[in-house]
Amino acid sequence: MTDQPLTVGRPNPIADGTWASMRLFGYATVAILIAVGLAAWLGQWDWLERDFVNSRGLKPDYLGQFMLGLGRTLTLLIVSVVVGYAFAIPIGLVQVTGPWPLKWLAKGFCTFIRGTPLLVQLWLLYYGLGSLFPQIPWIRFSPFWPYLRDGFNYALLAFILSFAAYEGEIMRGGFLAVPKGELEAARAIGMSSWTVLRRIWLPRALLVVLPTLSGEVVSQLKSTPLAATVTVFDIYGIGREVQQEMFHTYEPLLLIAAIYGTLTAIIATAFKFVENLVPMKRG
Amino acid sequence: MSAMTIDLSILAFSPPGWGSNLLRGLGHTIEIATGAYAFGLVLGLGGAMGKLNGGPILKGALEVYTTLGRAIPELILILILYYAGPTLLNQLVTAYGFQPLDVNGLAAGIFVLGVVQGAYSTEVLRGAIQAIPTGQIEAAKAYGMSGWQRFQRIIFPAMIPNAIPGMANLWLNVTKDSALLAVVGFSELMLETRQAAGSTKAYFMFYMAAALLYLALSQVSILIFNWIERRQRRGQQALA
Repeated sequence: MTDQPLTVGRPNPIADGTWASMRLFGYATVAILIAVGLAAWLGQWDWLERDFVNSRGLKPDYLGQFMLGLGRTLTLLIVSVVVGYAFAIPIGLVQVTGPWPLKWLAKGFCTFIRGTPLLVQLWLLYYGLGSLFPQIPWIRFSPFWPYLRDGFNYALLAFILSFAAYEGEIMRGGFLAVPKGELEAARAIGMSSWTVLRRIWLPRALLVVLPTLSGEVVSQLKSTPLAATVTVFDIYGIGREVQQEMFHTYEPLLLIAAIYGTLTAIIATAFKFVENLVPMKRG
Repeated sequence: MSAMTIDLSILAFSPPGWGSNLLRGLGHTIEIATGAYAFGLVLGLGGAMGKLNGGPILKGALEVYTTLGRAIPELILILILYYAGPTLLNQLVTAYGFQPLDVNGLAAGIFVLGVVQGAYSTEVLRGAIQAIPTGQIEAAKAYGMSGWQRFQRIIFPAMIPNAIPGMANLWLNVTKDSALLAVVGFSELMLETRQAAGSTKAYFMFYMAAALLYLALSQVSILIFNWIERRQRRGQQALA
């Protein structure tokens, strides 16, 4: 049970591999296709057309807006995963081997982020910090001010911190799961501790956590619509706009759900492909 | 700079302090989370048994539920269910000639979160049941126990220790997901906090206070789950 520490964390949304294995003509796929067909047939989708004119005589081009929204969603996802992971590695490492002040700091950070809802963290940053900044004159009149007013940056920061904390905890488990003997052997050969980390410890730890990564990225994807609560027009934000302007309740939500489902399938398949490239002893 | 000085008196329990509002919100959060967790467990137990023992149609339907229920963001599922649930219920009710119901906010919140939870519970409980050594279930069959007796005497008790870590995660998740209900206007900790912060303009103070309340809730929950797991694993062989 070397993976024991890994079971702590958020539940894996694609643990059973349904999305990656894509049992193409299984019941689930057929049912989902029927549902998509029914939604397309029963729903009103004329607002998605490029040259649709709304009641005020404007051409909102919702399809184009959805594309822009998709770009924002993907930017939030990819940047937060990459930067978050870069922070997660030291956060995991110091919890295993660091001096106690760093260890406690990392532990406290992980506990706080993992123990509170992401929505609270996001609003704490956007409304909380965001309302303190304008009261400080040198910030209010600094060149950074335009960035500090944009909800997108707060969302990005909140998502980075969140991913860093969840992955930091998983990396801690990964570092712990590397057999001691391998590290001792590396040291006995005369590697410096940096070389041990670079050549043995980190690569082995990354291999241990690799199977959890696809689920974590999907969980992160599922957090991105929260950005819409701080004025970011990601796909969910655009969908809400359509709901309010067109008085269609379900169609935009179903479209968003379909987009997220597709993204999940792509992520799951891509990680399955990577996992298959890496030789690993399973079981 | 006056607004930056820390004035804890706005957290006092009696007006003009907002402390009692926050605590009431925390109470509602625990209420909704407990209800949704219990509802999710019932759905999950049914779903797990269905996935393991059901016919192909039931299995397919449950697979659609657990696959979509876990892949679509909670916020969007909550909105879809929040609009669709009461509408469908009222269509059903009026079709049978009754007056349309005014759906209670707490019940709607529990339903919506519970359905989302159920998708995860199904998978956790299915895994826990599958981890029971088949010999135990075969032995029960050999004794001539009926399906319900096997479930109640063997499967359910043997499943509990396997399910606890996953179920603990789900409880922590549902307490955090309940904050999403603020987006559709349920009065729980997050919404009470937003109202308090909006009226006093002390945003940082109140969101930090809410974060600490959620943190306290999750840490106490972890202690309780650790205690339950230790109790449940008594007499089991140590792992590794």
